[in-house]
Amino acid sequence: MGTEAQEMTNQDLSDPDVARAWLRSMILIRRFEERAGEMYAKAKVGGFLHLAIGEEATIVGAVQAMRDEDYLISTYRSHGHALARGANPDNVMAELFGRETGVSKGRGGSMHMFDFKNRFMGGYGIVGGNLPLAAGMAFASDYKGLDEVTVCVFGDGASNQGTFGETLNLAALWNLPIVFMVTNNQFGMGTALARHSAVTELHKRGDGFGVPGVRCDGMDVVDTYTTMREAIRRAREERQPVLVEAMTYRFRGHSMADPEEYRTKEQVAEWRERDPIVSFGRALVEQGTLPDGEQDQMDQEIIKRIDDAVAFADRSAFPPPESLYDHVYVLEGDSDSWYSVDERSAGVHRGEEERNLPASARGPEDAYRDAVTVAEREDATAPKPTEEAQGAPSTAESTEQPAQGGNG
Amino acid sequence: MPVMRYRDALNEALREEMERDERVYLMGEDIGVFNGAFKVTSGLLKDFGDKRVRDTPISENTIVGMGVGSAMLGLRPVVEIMTINFALLALDQVINHAATIHYMFGGQARVPLVIRMPQGAGHQLGPTHSHCFEAMFMHVPGLLVAVPSTAADAKGLLKAAIRDDNPVIFIEHEYLYGQRGEVPEGDDHLVEFGKAAIRREGADVTIVGISRMASTAEKAAKTLSQKHDIEAEVIDPRTLRPLDLDTILESVRKTNRVVVVEEGWPHGGVGANIAALIQEQAFDYLDAPVARVTGADLPMPYSKPLEQIAYPHEPQVVEAVLSTFRDL
Ligand SMILES: Cc1ncc(C[n+]2csc(CCOP(=O)(O)OP(=O)(O)O)c2C)c(N)n1
Ligand SMILES: [Mg+2]
Repeated sequence: MGTEAQEMTNQDLSDPDVARAWLRSMILIRRFEERAGEMYAKAKVGGFLHLAIGEEATIVGAVQAMRDEDYLISTYRSHGHALARGANPDNVMAELFGRETGVSKGRGGSMHMFDFKNRFMGGYGIVGGNLPLAAGMAFASDYKGLDEVTVCVFGDGASNQGTFGETLNLAALWNLPIVFMVTNNQFGMGTALARHSAVTELHKRGDGFGVPGVRCDGMDVVDTYTTMREAIRRAREERQPVLVEAMTYRFRGHSMADPEEYRTKEQVAEWRERDPIVSFGRALVEQGTLPDGEQDQMDQEIIKRIDDAVAFADRSAFPPPESLYDHVYVLEGDSDSWYSVDERSAGVHRGEEERNLPASARGPEDAYRDAVTVAEREDATAPKPTEEAQGAPSTAESTEQPAQGGNG
Repeated sequence: MPVMRYRDALNEALREEMERDERVYLMGEDIGVFNGAFKVTSGLLKDFGDKRVRDTPISENTIVGMGVGSAMLGLRPVVEIMTINFALLALDQVINHAATIHYMFGGQARVPLVIRMPQGAGHQLGPTHSHCFEAMFMHVPGLLVAVPSTAADAKGLLKAAIRDDNPVIFIEHEYLYGQRGEVPEGDDHLVEFGKAAIRREGADVTIVGISRMASTAEKAAKTLSQKHDIEAEVIDPRTLRPLDLDTILESVRKTNRVVVVEEGWPHGGVGANIAALIQEQAFDYLDAPVARVTGADLPMPYSKPLEQIAYPHEPQVVEAVLSTFRDL
């Protein structure tokens, strides 16, 4: 991180409080992700779990460059985005646990975080699906005459969806206040960049659409911040959409069940050398901004904070069976809610009456209770995952366990 | 007969058809170096090379469209879509082109394309990765739709699909990938489209089970026999287009009662369609309304206990069967 870059920042990194906030935000993401992985091994978390370990600087650099009123939208790898925007770790962890207290009330899971209050407009499981949404949000801000900018995060792999070109074109054509941030972690699942993209310098892909591109070092939070800050300024002030390519790397597999046969251990080790948290922390000490040892202390505090989040999630209740049909339709506000939710019998079923359905209108209570029992078998706050639980996510013989080898 | 997993049976079908016919090639996201998200294409890149096993960018609409174009020129593409929800991105190419081209151009061109993909709930993949869309594809004239539920059918139907000159939507099930079953030996095991399998004979009630629900129906039939003295006939249609309605009607004429079990949504579902066909053609034989067991009418929740009560289990099938014996 050059001093030149620092001079351009609004947030003064020589202010220890600013430096602390950035570092804390990155460590929070790292420790959260590590624990989430452990909870997956204990079968507390199900489905696909995508961790952003190694990519923390792209998240924090981007978020620090945003104003509170700006919008952030991301992918299925978005626990960190939610946290950096201010979502409570308790509720993010509870979402992973599938509990009613989760940010999406347990309906979305790891891939579908959301926090409207903090203007985190969601993680989305469909690759490339969030780009048009982001442009729509930028359009809404523009339409309403507001000063807000939308930052849209997606992966290198996503840049091959048709939505990429279609959205960039429209954003430029209509001068929308949007920043496209492609986190180029060199792989879309197991497919290396050069095997999925003819033009591997992804920032150059914006040119043909009227969206200028820039690259930043996504392992360097300051460089990411500086680049994003300028991109956001252009989007806000000049109504010029910008494409930012953040060069980064995920240290872990694509999701939890990834044998990682598509890359070498040496490559992973090389990138780990550039750990964004280690290098930022070291630089702060070298520059005399933070005293030696403060980072360790901060780390300990954060680990405790995550312990609390795990305990909170583990003691939170699952959504009750009668809430199965909640949120399928809007029942409040302007909606008359007179529609039929299903076709169990003649007449129109009023949505608000769904909670009064007999239990026989749902799947068997036993299946519900069995799932709760399995979830409670392990103590989430115990230090090490047991072997039995570790085996659970991949044994798919005859029980209703996740499909063996499943990965997405 | 050798016993193998459903996923390995699919792998064998691909391997045999690629050996048999050089025009057969595979296209899909992470099917090569990564060996497939669900490992169905495991080892095929190594054995057939990257001319015939193609890792693609994440571009569902385009790879399906390329499948259509290359099929028009005589290749026999097998496109893998990682999960059925992602096929929604390719619906344009599937319906406007794959299903339509032979008709629209007066029979001049053919689209011998296979699109394979898994579906199904139960693994907490949440509201964008867990659905069952066989009813939606079944709706489209010009497509063939297969929903194999056993290892043997997975292999035999996939081989038949690859050899067919029509576009085939080949729907696998994530839960079934790890299930084992007997598979006939040799490379000539084909299962004809439009031929249902009777999984269990019985005279009292007919249960039609779609995709994974065929095995759920079989479990329910055992319970009905043991606990309720009801002998159910279990039919797995195996393909929904064409649908072997004859086998279903024949069974209904014998049992006079029928329950259709599917994992997908109730409105406009497979069961809705089969119920309509039965009442049109065998109304006089029915002693009770056609009953349906379906997935819940909602996006699939992530939370495990909620997910568990959002798709059908054996007790619901038993209950639905019993309901056809009540209130007569
Ligand atoms: C439309 C669609 N196709 C395929 C997938 C399966 N899938 C999930 S993540 C992924 C790779 C995406 O890579 P990239 O955009 O680089 O993001 P990264 O995972 O590296 O953060 C794929 C193929 C999906 N979720 N949605
Ligand atoms: Mg990537």
